[in-house]
Amino acid sequence: MDLSTKYLGMTLRSPLVASASPLSEDISNIKKLEDAGIGAVVMYSLFEEQIRLEEKEYNYHTTHGTDAFAEALTYFPEVEDYKLGPELYLEHIRKAKSAVNVPIIASLNGSSLGGWTDYAKEIESAGADALELNIYYIPTNARLSGAEVEQQYVDILKAVKGAVSIPVALKLSPFFSNFSNMAKRFDEAGADALVLFNRFYQPDIDLDEFEVTPNLLLSQSSAMRLPMRWIAILKDSIKADLAATSGIHTGTDVVKMLLVGSNVTMLCSSLLKHGIGHVRNIEDHMKQWMRENDYASVSELQGSMSQHKTADPSSFERAQYMKALTKYQL
Amino acid sequence: MKGKKYLTIDGNEAAAYVAYRVNEVCAIYPITPSSNMAEWADEWAAKGIKNIWGNIPSIAEMQSEGGAAGAVHGSLQAGALTTTFTASQGLLLKIPNMFKIAGELTSTVFNISARSLATHALSIFGDHSDVMAARSTGFAMLASASVQEVMDFSLIAQASTLESRIPFLHFFDGFRTSHEVAKIEVVPESVMKVMVSDDLVRAHRRRALTPDNPVIRGTAQNPDVFFQNRETQNHFYDKCPEIVQKNMDMFAELTGRQYKLYEYYGAEDADRVIVIMASAAQTVKETVDHLKSNGEKVGVLMVRLYRPFAIQRFMEAIPASTKSLIVLDRTKEPGATGDPMYLDVVNAINEGMDQEFGTLRNKPQILAGRYGLSSKEFTPAMVSAVYNNHGRGAKNHFVIGINDDVSHTSLDFDANMSIEPNNVVRAMFYGLGSDGTVGANKNSIKIIGENTDNYAQGYFVYDSKKSGSITTSHLRFGPNPIQSPYLITKANLVACHQSVFLDTIDMLKNLTEGGTFLVNTPYSKDEIWATLPKEVQSQLINKKARLYVIDAQSVAENSGMGRRINTVMQVCFFAISGVLPRDKAIEAIKDSIKKTYGKKGEVIVQMNLQAVDNTLENLYEVNIAEQVTSNTQIKAPVPAGSPDFVEKVLGEIIAGRGDDLPVSAFPVDGTFPTGTAQYEKRNIALTIPTWDFDTCTQCGKCAMVCPHATIRIKAYEPELLAGAPETFKSVEVRNKEYAEEGLKYTIQVAPEDCTGCGVCVEVCPAKQKTDKSKKALVMEPQLPLRNQEAKNWDFFLSIPEMDRNKIPLNSIRTQQLQQPLFEFSGACSGCGETPYIKMLTQLFGDRMLIANATGCSSIYGGNLPTTPYNKNSEGRGPAWSNSLFEDNAEFGLGYRLAIDKQTENARQLVKELASEIGDKLADDLLSADQSDEAGIFEQRVRIKDLKAKLENIDSPEAKRLMQEADYLAKKSVWIVGGDGWAYDIGFGGLDHVLASGKNVNVLVMDTEVYSNTGGQTSKATPIGAIAKFSASGKAIKKKDLGMIAMAYESVYVAVVAFGSKDEQTLKAFLEAEAFDGPSIIIAYSHCIAHGIDMSNPLQNQKAAVDSGQWILYRYNPDNVKEGLNPLTLDSRPRKVKVEEYMGMENRFKMLMKSKPALAKQYMEQAQLDVESRFKHFQYLAARGAEKIEE
Repeated sequence: MDLSTKYLGMTLRSPLVASASPLSEDISNIKKLEDAGIGAVVMYSLFEEQIRLEEKEYNYHTTHGTDAFAEALTYFPEVEDYKLGPELYLEHIRKAKSAVNVPIIASLNGSSLGGWTDYAKEIESAGADALELNIYYIPTNARLSGAEVEQQYVDILKAVKGAVSIPVALKLSPFFSNFSNMAKRFDEAGADALVLFNRFYQPDIDLDEFEVTPNLLLSQSSAMRLPMRWIAILKDSIKADLAATSGIHTGTDVVKMLLVGSNVTMLCSSLLKHGIGHVRNIEDHMKQWMRENDYASVSELQGSMSQHKTADPSSFERAQYMKALTKYQL
Repeated sequence: MKGKKYLTIDGNEAAAYVAYRVNEVCAIYPITPSSNMAEWADEWAAKGIKNIWGNIPSIAEMQSEGGAAGAVHGSLQAGALTTTFTASQGLLLKIPNMFKIAGELTSTVFNISARSLATHALSIFGDHSDVMAARSTGFAMLASASVQEVMDFSLIAQASTLESRIPFLHFFDGFRTSHEVAKIEVVPESVMKVMVSDDLVRAHRRRALTPDNPVIRGTAQNPDVFFQNRETQNHFYDKCPEIVQKNMDMFAELTGRQYKLYEYYGAEDADRVIVIMASAAQTVKETVDHLKSNGEKVGVLMVRLYRPFAIQRFMEAIPASTKSLIVLDRTKEPGATGDPMYLDVVNAINEGMDQEFGTLRNKPQILAGRYGLSSKEFTPAMVSAVYNNHGRGAKNHFVIGINDDVSHTSLDFDANMSIEPNNVVRAMFYGLGSDGTVGANKNSIKIIGENTDNYAQGYFVYDSKKSGSITTSHLRFGPNPIQSPYLITKANLVACHQSVFLDTIDMLKNLTEGGTFLVNTPYSKDEIWATLPKEVQSQLINKKARLYVIDAQSVAENSGMGRRINTVMQVCFFAISGVLPRDKAIEAIKDSIKKTYGKKGEVIVQMNLQAVDNTLENLYEVNIAEQVTSNTQIKAPVPAGSPDFVEKVLGEIIAGRGDDLPVSAFPVDGTFPTGTAQYEKRNIALTIPTWDFDTCTQCGKCAMVCPHATIRIKAYEPELLAGAPETFKSVEVRNKEYAEEGLKYTIQVAPEDCTGCGVCVEVCPAKQKTDKSKKALVMEPQLPLRNQEAKNWDFFLSIPEMDRNKIPLNSIRTQQLQQPLFEFSGACSGCGETPYIKMLTQLFGDRMLIANATGCSSIYGGNLPTTPYNKNSEGRGPAWSNSLFEDNAEFGLGYRLAIDKQTENARQLVKELASEIGDKLADDLLSADQSDEAGIFEQRVRIKDLKAKLENIDSPEAKRLMQEADYLAKKSVWIVGGDGWAYDIGFGGLDHVLASGKNVNVLVMDTEVYSNTGGQTSKATPIGAIAKFSASGKAIKKKDLGMIAMAYESVYVAVVAFGSKDEQTLKAFLEAEAFDGPSIIIAYSHCIAHGIDMSNPLQNQKAAVDSGQWILYRYNPDNVKEGLNPLTLDSRPRKVKVEEYMGMENRFKMLMKSKPALAKQYMEQAQLDVESRFKHFQYLAARGAEKIEE
């Protein structure tokens, strides 16, 4: 059975890809993922904002209280090789690359245009096979128009594409007025893949402490419906590869995503929940389904149920229950 | 200057630079002002910098200087080239080993930044009392007078010790030289290799103890031979001076800098010659030039080699024309016929003239003078006065630099005299510790040193506060090496970096005519003049000064720099001073920013560059008006109506005029009144807490956590509100635990004493109903509230304290009504130690004696000008003293022994006098139960009755009992200190005191580093933390002091963290004091040296406990008597991983970011340690007491 798939110009062993998560912080986990047959690993994200904050924090702690009291003019020794910028991340990429053969896709979250391109270049030179741009951004400025926000996304993509030669994927949120239009624009701007969709921390409230508590709920299979729809819709209208992420927990989840046209399916919550070995289970599950349904390769599956290839293409466009009912009335 | 390498560094770095390169082992221990030498050595070793033989010296931190000396001795005996660095008390602790090292003719150099010894008081500043105390050890003593000499003499000493076999003390003046930043020529390693030849090293190695060629050293000898043995070494001492001179000559050949053992400088036909050593010699030299140009026949004899004192060389250096030799000592030897160097000179002249050494044939007048104790200024004006004191009627055994109106030994001098050369630019900067002024100035010196041919000198004065401290920077730049080791009094430029100083400090008294005054002010160039006090306006006019203003705060904030105005003010300095052409200066500043902040990341670099660009367009010159228009004056340092001593003495010290106070102003034995911090209104908070009483739950936590006792609680009768200021807040008491009903309740802030740390807001559990971003305490700007809240505070103080007997002590909520008798200390804003001390004084202050180990707590507890320990309305309060760093437990035990003896005497006398004072009273006095407040109160009433009766009994016994009667009431002894004391230097004594069974209480405020000296590693430092002396992270886990104490099974032990469980802290304090035997409380004390947010430090305490890194428990041996397990585990199983806690603190993060693999390894180990330790405690706490009794 041929599980291989193409993604970002690479041929992957399988369409199962580990998405950005804390699992990749440990090289031994990356090795385990490879051993479990993963197709590629997306590293945890490098956050420019975090680097900026850490620089400020370090500067604060190494200057606060200094040169004020005669007996204690400083409180810390000067430490050589203090890695404040992206060094630790880049070093991690280098280590991962030398430890495994599976493709390593770096993930970057910038906060300034310069940051996006500079870090992208450094990531490329660290040896990453590809780069996923994790544009994590919740606009709250009421004077910023949707068009401007959209343009920022395109600008970032163009800038990074202009700066590096490795393939660039774009991990996106679904919150655009017209996602098709955006996908088209990203496609035209040179995105090598779109990763659908990013999941965000949704703050909760702690009623004992009256505090807002950020937390990330692990996804359920139901969360895959949204990306599945959009991949089906986009599959035949853009050149970029499509990666499905959110709610993929089982072999059949994977199959569904491949049917609508995903090049790869990304795993996160399921691995955090069940462990890295779960990659094998999903693959076995998927293979069993393929055998039962007489598919010899993943490529046969891919896109065979995209919007254009379904009996009723409008089924992917229905947005509400009311419309569905209308159909029965016809 | 071409071809030579220059560095702009301080004296400590200069000493360490050479010592590190010509040694293989450094045994170290922190002590001011020498710590930096050891810190450099540790940092260089961590960075892999090698010595001249290509290996990295081994650095070993010891538990005390005594330990360091032992390690040095052993390392020398085993053949390694070994050094150490120390000062003051540290040197004293090394003395026993120094006798041994010298007695065994062992080559080593000890580098000493000479500092005062503690006598009537501790002082961290410079004089020669420490090195003079070591002068009989047999060590040679070589004195450096400047930063350049420090580097040079470190090498000359090393070469000489190896050749002569006499060990060397190489010393220089603490702070004045150790901390002076100067541009110096670096001694190349090639020169070191020539001076410290392989032959010399081989000879040293050959003397090593080795089983391959075994010998025995360190025998015990008897009366028959000890004496003869002692006389075997004389010729080594005889030869030593010539060896030093030979090495000085060799050094001169190699570097061009020639030194002499006794170096004369001055008129060839001088009739007056000052004999002096170390930095002050430079001042005299400079003054000699000035006086000579006025035709005076004066000279100076600089003593470099003080031991062995080479009489012939000394005599040869004295001009034949000398009529008066004035010997100036920087130490005091009470009771001697003169201070040490004077006596040496008297003898040298006697013997030298007898033997006709040198050219002096007529015996000169020899005068003794003392100067400069504890870094007291020694200026050309004083030198001039010394030269004027000669011939008939001259004062002998005089002092210079102070006004001794008691013994009348002082010489008068003209304080206005200045001999500063015109080609030297002199600048003074007044800043706050927190604004980065000193850092900027150090940077400016480097820029000038590195970018111009100019020489530069920087010296920095800090006040003794750890929060809101004021710094004064003194910078000189000029074409020649700068030899002025004294503060600037005639500055071309004075910069005021904080506008509040305009109202409190007379900065312009130091401005020379035509000079420039630069002010950071929020006022525009058109507004500023009207805001200046009279003194400032008039001096600007009279001195024809130029005035520049900048709103540095806004520029800094707009550039993202917050309160740090360092870069902004640095740019202003360069723009105005003209030391460098403006463009070149800006370029140099920018280069320096990239170099300095490059390591801290691009964001920080950009922020600073932005600040540079934003500065010049905001710097304005102000037109000086022709007339004084101001109605305001510089404020008095203490409020009107303060006690006389506070106003006349302490106030003057606060105002920076302590130097002008005469001897008669002071107590003879170092005894000072307590409770004087309340008069020093520092107004350092930008914001202070305001109270929303509707939201407040009256839990008392805000008062509990306040490090400075500036937020307080009172519950009182409603009628006491009569006459309250309009804005005074008051509410019904919510608590039902009080004895009385219908009380009013107030939380009040002392606005002028608060440091604005915000910890009270952090701890406040109550959030406002309609705006959850706000709590019952909200920080608001201080300035608009200052006057109003100051009145409210005064009114609050006028409300009587609640009767102590009526305050329930079983919860923080009520206990916090107790009056703190420790307030407004100079501790860091947000300090993690002071809340413990404050609570102690609330609980036991009226009956406590404190023995305080040297460290943070002795500095904020007892550093002049003012004292934070206070008295209650009955005049009772903590009695406090600091003995030493190493002996605090023993010192406190001594209190106990004395108290017990006097109690025993009193009880005996009560028995003897029972019939006269009444049997019932006697019985009651002797059988009183004083286990609670009420019991103590009743006993005090009985003592009052007793004294009344004793008044009428005329017998010697009655008189004695009268004096000792107060000892019939309970006294509580508290031995207080930090982890450096308890875990390291004082551990032996602490252990012994815990084993003594005596009723003493020990409070260890564990900051897990030597905080006071800047964060050096102690045995309390946890694994994985970066601290000084552990630049690569601490590899060993923290010592378990509690477990060690528990092993006695007779000691009350508690481990507490008030930020995690304040009620447990309270319980532990009460139990420890109630326990009739030794008790120890180990208290987690968050610290600025942890690299945490000091306005939210309690989250760190919580995380330390929640991760199991800090386990809370109480071990009470009394429980066993009741058949209970003595151990109560107050911690729950961990909620978070240690990694999470460590990630909150820079001390751990630094390792994670610099050595991630090692950090991970340490973190995993820490997690394992935590798990197994907690299990062990669970096991111990779960056991039945009967098993323990078995």
